[in-house]
Amino acid sequence: MLRIENLHAGIEGKNILKGFNLEIKPGEVHAIMGPNGSGKSTLASVLAGRQDYEVTEGSIEFLGKDLLELSPEKRAGEGLFLAFQYPIEIAGLSTINFIKTSVNEIRKYRGQEPLDAVAFLKLMKEKMALMDIDKSLLSRSLNEGFSGGEKKRNEIFQMAMIQPKLAILDETDSGLDIDAIRIVANGVNTLRNKDNAVLVVTHYQRLLDYIIPDFVHVLYNGRIVKSGPKELALELEERGYEFIKNEISVEEEV
Amino acid sequence: MKTEIYTPERNVVDDDRTTIERTILSDYKYGFVTDIQADEAPMGLNEDTIRFISAKKNEPQWMLEWRLKAYRHWCTLAGEEPTWANVKYPPINFQDIIYYSAPKNKTNSKSLEEIDPELRRTFEKLGISLNEQKRLSGVAVDIVVDSVSIGTTFKEQLAELGIIFCSMTEAIQEHPELVKKYLSSVVPITDNYFAALNSAVFTDGSFCYIPKGVRCPMELSTYFRINAENTGQFERTLIVAEEGSYVSYLEGCTAPMRDENQLHAAVVELIALDNAEIKYSTVQNWYPGDKEGKGGIYNFVTKRGICKGNNSKISWTQVETGSAITWKYPSVILKGDNSVGEFYSVAVTNNYQQADTGTKMLHLGKNTKSRIVSKGISAGFSNNSYRGLVHVSKNAANARNFSQCDSLLLGDKCGAHTFPYIEVKNNTAVVEHEATTSKIGEDQIFYCNQRGIDTETAVALIINGFAKEVMNQLPMEFAVEAQKLLAISLEGSVG
Ligand SMILES: Nc1ncnc2c1ncn2[C@@H]1O[C@H](COP(=O)(O)OP(=O)(O)OP(=O)(O)O)[C@@H](O)[C@H]1O
Ligand SMILES: [Mg+2]
Repeated sequence: MLRIENLHAGIEGKNILKGFNLEIKPGEVHAIMGPNGSGKSTLASVLAGRQDYEVTEGSIEFLGKDLLELSPEKRAGEGLFLAFQYPIEIAGLSTINFIKTSVNEIRKYRGQEPLDAVAFLKLMKEKMALMDIDKSLLSRSLNEGFSGGEKKRNEIFQMAMIQPKLAILDETDSGLDIDAIRIVANGVNTLRNKDNAVLVVTHYQRLLDYIIPDFVHVLYNGRIVKSGPKELALELEERGYEFIKNEISVEEEV
Repeated sequence: MKTEIYTPERNVVDDDRTTIERTILSDYKYGFVTDIQADEAPMGLNEDTIRFISAKKNEPQWMLEWRLKAYRHWCTLAGEEPTWANVKYPPINFQDIIYYSAPKNKTNSKSLEEIDPELRRTFEKLGISLNEQKRLSGVAVDIVVDSVSIGTTFKEQLAELGIIFCSMTEAIQEHPELVKKYLSSVVPITDNYFAALNSAVFTDGSFCYIPKGVRCPMELSTYFRINAENTGQFERTLIVAEEGSYVSYLEGCTAPMRDENQLHAAVVELIALDNAEIKYSTVQNWYPGDKEGKGGIYNFVTKRGICKGNNSKISWTQVETGSAITWKYPSVILKGDNSVGEFYSVAVTNNYQQADTGTKMLHLGKNTKSRIVSKGISAGFSNNSYRGLVHVSKNAANARNFSQCDSLLLGDKCGAHTFPYIEVKNNTAVVEHEATTSKIGEDQIFYCNQRGIDTETAVALIINGFAKEVMNQLPMEFAVEAQKLLAISLEGSVG
């Protein structure tokens, strides 16, 4: 569903991704780990189509389309979703109004009728129960005054409402308490099926106890330097990134 | 007290990088001209012009005298146009203006059915039906084209309740005692430069009188349209709410697109007696000029209400999206004890528009309260200033004021300025002022984009969120229209 080849991208003249390759098939869960500043959020931003990031080389194919040709909103329409590491606030715009607009704009892109109030409410109630989210939170201005954990939960609630084909979760676990991690993971797992995929960016093994990845990749210095099964995450947790850095320098010497 | 809270720097930015910088003028969809014959006064202004207008309107002698007095006063002010506002424009040549223009032969139609079909089509295009059967439910409309009122709907139904809703011209003929009593009782002819000019040459406007104890059952609304070239529009509105009455009034305005600037200098006076309430809403969408700042309406307006009676209330709500220059401070004189004044404003400026708008709340009575909520939205190269005065006089014990002035910037070539003036002469007063300035960020837009929402819609969501508190004050029938208008006037200013 997603094929990234030799991706070089950066911002303000700084190269951040330097030959990044990744393939994700439907039904798979991939985890990307890596030290701070290695380019994880950059990857998420490039995939979502943030304009200030510049792609200098490489290609990204998403569901048979050239992703780099599409505007951010079209990418969303095609089924790409990003749960932001730092969700933004919009004063005076109720969360629920925002989500309704989002759901219906995506439906419009797909040539579907907008959801009427009744259908929307039904969907909303179902997903609220799934994410254990309170109605009063949704009537407040988008993310305004939300706690760190509430913001993250709201991201996954939106994901549940939108039901994307590929969801990218950028450090959704950071800032969540233990119960919230379980709820978020449960939400993600409930939405998993053979046709959609998840790309989880995280620093901690903990989330991966709940959302079991098929592959774990280590991003370092703009490239994937190591990939492996879910056990790789455990190994990283125990040994830190040092051993990988050492492996790389050995390789480079050879 | 004078604080300038925010003055952005005018820096040059790399256009390829910053999407917010690009400004494209949205089409002004009310910019057409209707081809109708007009009956006009000769260009220019002198005593004859005033006699001409007065004669055209068959006015009684006292009215002519009143106008001439205003004109003579205005002449003494020659060259003393106010310059304190934060707006810039070349001097206006008052001899280059036609002070009276009426759609020919179609004035004073006794029945709305007699209105020129061409004019009728104009209003259909503007979304206003003169056909009472098809009218917006619960809204009575008075229509003013250029200098004259061309018809008022629902007059008979309102008359049954004793409500008078008619053109100013008609009020002078039919209700001279009321006009004499209240005209210029709130805005004296000597009040300011443009008020003096308006008093001399005003040509029409609306008059509303709500008798004692009557709650006006429908919105009263006036729709102003400038059509003819080289004309100025000088309208005069007078609303009197007797004891215990209530009225909600709304005005809307549009004009054709023209390269020359046109002057609109109106005066509005509101009088609320004991326990009366007047809610006055404006959706101002005069032609703002083109993308380069050419053309557009100069909107120099004096609006003032007096809470004359105890427990009375006057509430101004304005959504200002049009005009090349706006100079406007709807104010409330809180004379009656326990009276309440409110000012809710959204002012949008795009391209080269300039707005200097705000309010004055003059607390004279005891336990008087005022509330000011001003939301300025600036885009393009525009300048948007809030200017407000809160005055608490010596005898106004326990006066309360709360002011909130928020500015939202789209891009960094526009300006937002706040000039709050506070004068407190009674130490029991509580006056609070809050101000914020924020920018629509690329982050916010991108977040919306990522959720499938395109940039235009995202901007609309963000500004409507920003303006929500004010929009909530508008009568239901107009809130939706006003929301659309906000989005349209900022179309293309981001992304
Ligand atoms: N606007 C910018 N200008 C210059 N450098 C930037 C900019 N944005 C990001 N960078 C740099 O790019 C690098 C990668 O950043 P990125 O946010 O992708 O890292 P990350 O892997 O997500 O880190 P973390 O684990 O801390 O979230 C960092 O060195 C960061 O400082
Ligand atoms: Mg990151």
